[in-house]
Amino acid sequence: MTMTADSTVQAASETQAGTIPAPAVKPPMAMLAELTHRCPLSCPYCSNPMELTALKSELTTEQWAEAFKQAAEIGILQIHLSGGEPASRRDLEDLITAARDADLYTNLITSGVGLTEKRLAALDERGLDHVQLSLQGVTAASADEIGGYKGGFDRKMAVAEWVGKLGIPLTLNAVVHRRNMDRLEETIALAQQLGARRIEVATVQFHGWAAANRAALMPTHEQSLRAREVVNEARERLKGQMVIDYVPADHHAKYPKPCMGGWGSTGLNIAPDGLVLPCHAAQTIRGLTFDRFPEKTLRDIWYEGEAFNAFRGYEWMQEPCRSCDRREKDFGGCRCQAMAIANDPAATDPVCSKSPFHAGLVAAAEADSHAADAELTYRISPR
Amino acid sequence: MTLNAISASDTPFLPRGVRTKFDSVRDMWVLLAPERAVKLDPIGAAILAEVDGDRTLDDIAGALAAKYNAPVDQIKKDAGAFLMSLIERRMVEIR
Repeated sequence: MTMTADSTVQAASETQAGTIPAPAVKPPMAMLAELTHRCPLSCPYCSNPMELTALKSELTTEQWAEAFKQAAEIGILQIHLSGGEPASRRDLEDLITAARDADLYTNLITSGVGLTEKRLAALDERGLDHVQLSLQGVTAASADEIGGYKGGFDRKMAVAEWVGKLGIPLTLNAVVHRRNMDRLEETIALAQQLGARRIEVATVQFHGWAAANRAALMPTHEQSLRAREVVNEARERLKGQMVIDYVPADHHAKYPKPCMGGWGSTGLNIAPDGLVLPCHAAQTIRGLTFDRFPEKTLRDIWYEGEAFNAFRGYEWMQEPCRSCDRREKDFGGCRCQAMAIANDPAATDPVCSKSPFHAGLVAAAEADSHAADAELTYRISPR
Repeated sequence: MTLNAISASDTPFLPRGVRTKFDSVRDMWVLLAPERAVKLDPIGAAILAEVDGDRTLDDIAGALAAKYNAPVDQIKKDAGAFLMSLIERRMVEIR
């Protein structure tokens, strides 16, 4: 999922050169509510943490409703209801109502499994604004192999049709990797055929569960280059028909992505048990302390929370980031990747060609991308 | 397929899933769309306030020209370009 807080209509902010400014903390724009870690699918690149939260630890309906209210009060505009599979929550309908009552724009991020035509109609009535449906492949066989759930693909196709019939705008979220990247044209064509207003082509990010599947899923450099061409061509051809967002394979990039639009600058995540995180993988960073909702208010956590303040501004940066003219563009990249590869969350993201770990990262990606097809390690579901 | 420019007789509207909201925390209007939030400057907000799905670009430019005492041709050009940028991103549609 990408959330951009663009202000192209408004004048772009001026860039400041020279000194390291101490930017004021701005209100957050978006919140990812991971309602549950339960999911009928077991995708080998699941973005949930390796240690999953059990049903009995999940926040209640009332607690989520209070979180939505507080989120709106501190400036959050959009709420992404995700998981796990959010439809695994029996109170999903009430949660949509609570979010709309808080005047939030509601986005349901779903695999489609657990949704029926009747249930979608109920969500529609409660004011659901948008559906983001995941896609694991363009054929039932390939998609269901990745999802580890027979019948999943057919259910998605039905869900897309019901969503279209109800008139709810649809985004298709196609996660791409070595096994399905060569079928990107077909993926985009399928999104069109399903009437999607938007498609997100997201290359697997190799954290957590996906890290265990590098040899099976790492795309080749050639595939990444080709995917970029396919996306660029389709963007031009489909302008005004379908919006295409693309998350590239950053292991093949020269500079890192501005992860989360800058740590603690744009959005926050709430895990099923109320842990409030600057990004969904933040728990992989050793030494950070996370606050829990409702023990603390979202306002306190956003402005005062230790984890949120850890990598704000530029003071925490090391060289080469600290004096780099790109530091306000990419904020040093992904902290979790720095942790995973450089063993230091304040280091330059090794994706950056200026990082001393870059050559090693590229060599490892290259080796994994040419590995003999390894078996998939599936995600295990929580109790 | 190339996208045709909006013409004066077209009627722009916000499709389902796209809406404006006054953001009291930031003290500005915003346009909310699927996984996008666009901050609106006062001009953008004024244009979208006239987009009701009934009136044409011509009508909208006329109303804005009267309200802000500005030359209608310039407004038509600016509003057209602004709406076109949103059409390209599927945040506005025309009929």
